[in-house]
Amino acid sequence: MPQALSHLRICDFTGQLAGAGATRFLAAFGAQVIRIEDPVNQGRWDILRGMPPYVDDRRGVEFGGPFNNHNVEKLGVTLNLRTERGKELLRELVKVSDVVAENFSAGVMERWGFGYEELQAIREDIIYVSNCGFGHRGPYRDFKTWGPIVQAVSGLTFSSGLPDQPPAGWGYSYMDHTGAYYMAIAILMALRHRNRKGEGQWVDLGCTEAGASLTGPAILDYTVNGRPLRRQGSPNSNRNQFPAMAPHGIYPSREEDTWVAISCREERDWRAFGEVTGEAWTQEGRFSDLRGRLVAEDALDELVAGWTRARGNFEAAALLQGAGIPATAVQRPQERIDQDPNTAAWGLWPTVKHRDMGDVRVDGLPVHFSETDWRMERGGPCLGEHNEEVFGGLLGLTSEEIASLTEEGVL
Amino acid sequence: MTEAGDQPGPGALEGVRVVELCDELGMFAGKLLADMGAEVVKVEPPEGDRTRTYPPFVDDEPGPERSLFFWHYNTSKAGVTLDLGAAADRERLRTLIDRADILLQSGEAGAELEYESLRETNEGLIMVTLSPFGRGMPREDEASTDLTILAGGGPVWNCGYDDHSLPPVRGGGNQGYHTASHYAVMSALVALLYRDETGQGQHIDVNAHAAANVTTEAGTYTWLVAQETVQRQTGRHAGVNPSMPSQVLCSDGRYVNTGIPPRRPESFGAVCEWLRTTGLAEEFLEFPLLEEGMRRERFDMSMLQQDEELMAIFGAGREAMNFLASRLTSYEFFTGGQERGFQIGIIYSPEEVLEDPHFIARGFPVEVEHPELERTVTYPGAPYQFEASPWRIRRRAPLLGEDNERVFAELAGDGG
Repeated sequence: MPQALSHLRICDFTGQLAGAGATRFLAAFGAQVIRIEDPVNQGRWDILRGMPPYVDDRRGVEFGGPFNNHNVEKLGVTLNLRTERGKELLRELVKVSDVVAENFSAGVMERWGFGYEELQAIREDIIYVSNCGFGHRGPYRDFKTWGPIVQAVSGLTFSSGLPDQPPAGWGYSYMDHTGAYYMAIAILMALRHRNRKGEGQWVDLGCTEAGASLTGPAILDYTVNGRPLRRQGSPNSNRNQFPAMAPHGIYPSREEDTWVAISCREERDWRAFGEVTGEAWTQEGRFSDLRGRLVAEDALDELVAGWTRARGNFEAAALLQGAGIPATAVQRPQERIDQDPNTAAWGLWPTVKHRDMGDVRVDGLPVHFSETDWRMERGGPCLGEHNEEVFGGLLGLTSEEIASLTEEGVL
Repeated sequence: MTEAGDQPGPGALEGVRVVELCDELGMFAGKLLADMGAEVVKVEPPEGDRTRTYPPFVDDEPGPERSLFFWHYNTSKAGVTLDLGAAADRERLRTLIDRADILLQSGEAGAELEYESLRETNEGLIMVTLSPFGRGMPREDEASTDLTILAGGGPVWNCGYDDHSLPPVRGGGNQGYHTASHYAVMSALVALLYRDETGQGQHIDVNAHAAANVTTEAGTYTWLVAQETVQRQTGRHAGVNPSMPSQVLCSDGRYVNTGIPPRRPESFGAVCEWLRTTGLAEEFLEFPLLEEGMRRERFDMSMLQQDEELMAIFGAGREAMNFLASRLTSYEFFTGGQERGFQIGIIYSPEEVLEDPHFIARGFPVEVEHPELERTVTYPGAPYQFEASPWRIRRRAPLLGEDNERVFAELAGDGG
């Protein structure tokens, strides 16, 4: 199968997930992503290089599970930008790249002499996409973030929680994933614009803005109706606001810390719920329409929980699904990864080959293309693994030159 | 604030024609394309899209032109109504698709459209189908909502509280639909770039349950790599091992995320200075330990368990951050800490973001005209700032059938 983006080359300074996730997506469709790392600090621009989980007892910069996951199908080179020769080689690389992508703090690339203006001087139609928490302009330009901070400031942490409790937030860096999605979108849109108009540009992506754009209806409820999400009893994000549904929630099931999610979208689902459960209380007049169920939602949730608590979560979900009601077990990692027929049938967990770690399963993509589907076979690059291929094959250096540059600490 | 209409320049997707036949799963994808300049034609049934009946409503009065949910997800789109039960309108739809670059489809409307037949008259068509479980997959007939997609797909297991007698939590705002829509847009653009090179279109199948599954960070790869299960914790990353709490209630009743505690001599120096500047140093009894941290040459975190004094210093640093947070307002703590190099965050509610000076300075709140209501409404703005081909809300969401006349005339002009 042909690869959709094999005509593109990305000069890649991204790291962690918020940046690396973007170029990962492009690499899976065949873009040549050349990830540049620092030989002096052994690639620790990206803290995930040495972070758990690990496949076995080995530790160090070649054994971080997250780094491998986020950098599949990329090439890895080392380049010391403190040296003049290192800077020269970067200029040569930029000359033959379509995109420069990075998610350092604001100002880092400029300090190295590779801000947008300098990049543009090297290649006029270069596309430069920077990604950081608050963007490169504005009062908080120098503020530092990581996923949980982005989520806090953008309104997403607050939006996740139960009444009379502190914010639950997101139990992972949702905005690292999603910031990476916006970064990939930005790169692709800028490439499309270049195809049409012949010009490159700088895209300044601030993850907190991307995050804040994901709470639209709540924002409009405030700007139009003056109703803030911060009010008594709000939020309760297991319930549904837009549109209202009841029952709608996450209910306990028989075993400890097992849960089932149930949504009754409309009257048909509610009637079916009554038939499947056979519970007398489902026929009570106070629950006969949505308005009544919303008024008595606390009592309704208690009764629903009484029914779910008597069953296993997969059993309850199957009973309700049999009647066409949206319901599912809250799946644990093992359940959705190893036991869910849908993720297996999709091929969602491909195995890649990492030079030192060996075979490792990684996140696949939730899309399939009829003509140019994605491919994940090669694991994340080891430090400088592709120096020969890139500096030799692409930039034309001889093996001897590469060896002596390595010796001199340039590579 | 930036006026949405003031920004010059075409969007990056100017000239890209999109037909959208989507329910709430995919309609955000249409907005993302439309706000970047694509000509998105949203097709609704004559009585209007179902989401026009979704709250919240303007002044809490329902009505097809009053749903703020519909408003948000349909900015910059044109709107036409078609009765897909009638042959003439099915023909119109076919002509629309024949002229389109991208067809976005999710939900019941248009579910019967097959790519193979559409490509006979539009070879370059890129068709993107969004569905809860993917087409032809084992669970494809299961009913779903945003809640069940996130609960079955992994995110919910990671989110909630230290107290596991409380249920795990779904993050608010239909993020399961958003994630599927993000993948739809990324994929449509990849296909568009491929078509720019080859002229060839294709069909793309987007699976929302799979999208949630690969948007759960460590929850997934901890199992894939090490077969270990993460556990949820209040306001912080789920983990195999518990971590320390990171949310503190400030003096104004808002929470902050206190981030990573000091662990370098200079950050202990910064905490000392911060306590002195705010006049709180005297009250913080472990202040001498912070000064000790400041004097240490380096901080070796791997020695924490072996070095009792180091442990005490580290604990004092964490307590100092908690103490400062509890005594300052959330905004004072956030900006005071960030200005001193600490990665900390204020926990805003969505509407509070619009009033933050940084978001205002960057033009995030945008004004959109609703002439028929004689109102100007503030919307959330650009997720990214393009210099040459900017994001822009080109128009408020279409009124029901607002663009029928223009679009149908164009179709007729094409001989459709």
